[in-house]
Amino acid sequence: MSDILSPDVLLPAVVLVPLLGAAVAVASARAAAATAVITALLTAAIAVLLGRAVVAGGAVTHAAGAWGAPLGIEMHADGVAVLLLVVTAAIGICITVYATSYFRPIFEDEEDRGVRFFWPLWLLIWAALNAIFVATDLFNLYVCLELLTLPAVAMVALDGDREAVAAATRYLLLSIAGSLLFLLGVAIVYSGSGTLALAAIRESGMDARAAATALTLMTTGLAVKAALVPLHVWLPPAHAGAPAPGSAVLSGLVVKAAFIIVLRLWTEAFPGSLLAPGADLLGVLGAIAVLWGSLLALRQQRVKLVIAYSTVAQVGYLFLVFPLLLEAPGPAWSGTMYHLLSHALAKAALFLAAGAMLRAMGSDRLDDIAGVGQKLPMTFAAFGIAGLNLAGMPPSGGFIGKWLLLTAALSSGQWWWAVVIAIGSLLAAAYVLLVLRAAFLQPRARPLRHQPPWQLTAPALALALLSVVLGVWAEPPLLLLGATAPDLAP
Amino acid sequence: MSDDVVFPLLGVFLFGVGFAAFVGRRHLLWKIIAVNVMASGVSVLLLTLPRRAGEGVDPVPQAMVLTGIVVMVAATALALALAVRLAGLSPGDGRHRHTRE
Repeated sequence: MSDILSPDVLLPAVVLVPLLGAAVAVASARAAAATAVITALLTAAIAVLLGRAVVAGGAVTHAAGAWGAPLGIEMHADGVAVLLLVVTAAIGICITVYATSYFRPIFEDEEDRGVRFFWPLWLLIWAALNAIFVATDLFNLYVCLELLTLPAVAMVALDGDREAVAAATRYLLLSIAGSLLFLLGVAIVYSGSGTLALAAIRESGMDARAAATALTLMTTGLAVKAALVPLHVWLPPAHAGAPAPGSAVLSGLVVKAAFIIVLRLWTEAFPGSLLAPGADLLGVLGAIAVLWGSLLALRQQRVKLVIAYSTVAQVGYLFLVFPLLLEAPGPAWSGTMYHLLSHALAKAALFLAAGAMLRAMGSDRLDDIAGVGQKLPMTFAAFGIAGLNLAGMPPSGGFIGKWLLLTAALSSGQWWWAVVIAIGSLLAAAYVLLVLRAAFLQPRARPLRHQPPWQLTAPALALALLSVVLGVWAEPPLLLLGATAPDLAP
Repeated sequence: MSDDVVFPLLGVFLFGVGFAAFVGRRHLLWKIIAVNVMASGVSVLLLTLPRRAGEGVDPVPQAMVLTGIVVMVAATALALALAVRLAGLSPGDGRHRHTRE
């Protein structure tokens, strides 16, 4: 029995189980929903067991098929990786439950709502996300990024209307271009260092100029996928156009995967580059994203677009890590990862809540949800609680993340980033309140077209509450993060 | 000029031409072809840039190029499928669930 629970089984399983689930879901449309539920529970259990193993015995490594680096595929799970796996699993279960109901036709004129394709796409995305979190070399990261992008694009197009298909097309083309920039960087790294393993690149004594060129290309390519301003234009229509459970995955997790790779490149493969002006540039772009994304979120008329522009802003916070890491590595690292995890939960909750509004009212326009707050109490409770997170208010996980980032900014004497963080939080509070005001303070309310069942309300509320749990029960995750803070010695 | 220079330059040239077309051309089909030209450039670079001490051909870049080709075929197929779908949907067509009264 103990063999089955060894990391050598768990580590590949966390990738293979959702992959197998996707294959079954493709093969049998009728069994797809049941398969997805079972797969979700299994994957979550594996992620938790893996987390327990890492907490007890430190990071674990597995070489697939006993083929280690340089030719084989090595998987590695440390504290950050298991936190990501577990949070992804929590979001995964909620999304799976949600999707069992979301696609059911409720209006008489509705056709097939694409549920048949949703299940395999969603499980493929899950497998690719997990694979990225445990990947250790550049080429596997490239392949996994593609495995992530293709189903993500299809997910955007799932609704099938022109706007969604156009958004998916734009997302795909920009994403391919981004991947190719990344691959170009990989070619330069391999030629300069003779290795693809992140840890080995650092020790290879690669020529500094070649390293800088490669890192610039790879970071630019990934910035497209992470939707860093000014490469964010594809995100709002794509994330707003996908069906709600798809939007939750895309905005909560998929963009974060690209960011995680950027962060690992800068801290694991090329730690010396943090001295470069590029780190400040990424910080500046992040700051612009925080302010610009938030301001655009304030101007939207549809709930899903408000949330999508908010993702542009919240991704900006992540990139503030680069100018802060060198001077205040501890709080900058933990703060950024904490922000990433709590935002993933909160953003998924927001999109699930928006989807419930959409199903209840047949529309997510602010005008159309006017006054319905009291008729959809669970949904708007989820929206409000998750909104606390975006605004960085205690006791949410977002508060801890922003607090640590503020600490990092002030302790390293870079107060200007602290100003950006503070203004961004105020703007986030403003756009969350914009939606809540429409729902609660507008007098006229249209009748509900459909009372959302528990499958549409409970997952959103659960995720919103989890993002608060992350704020209240912060010590264990912070310890795990602290133990994996990058060693930045050049 | 020796092959060490010609082929990497060719790779950079292909990538550059593809990138220029990707940014400059508006038509979807052009963009799809453009990213494929970019991908060819990357493949050429992957195969000709890496140089390791010792004899023989380094298998790692070959494996990467093969995988890269598979990835690009899949991505191109998806892009073409979306383009076909897009061409079939005229503006304002389709089901606008989000804005429907």
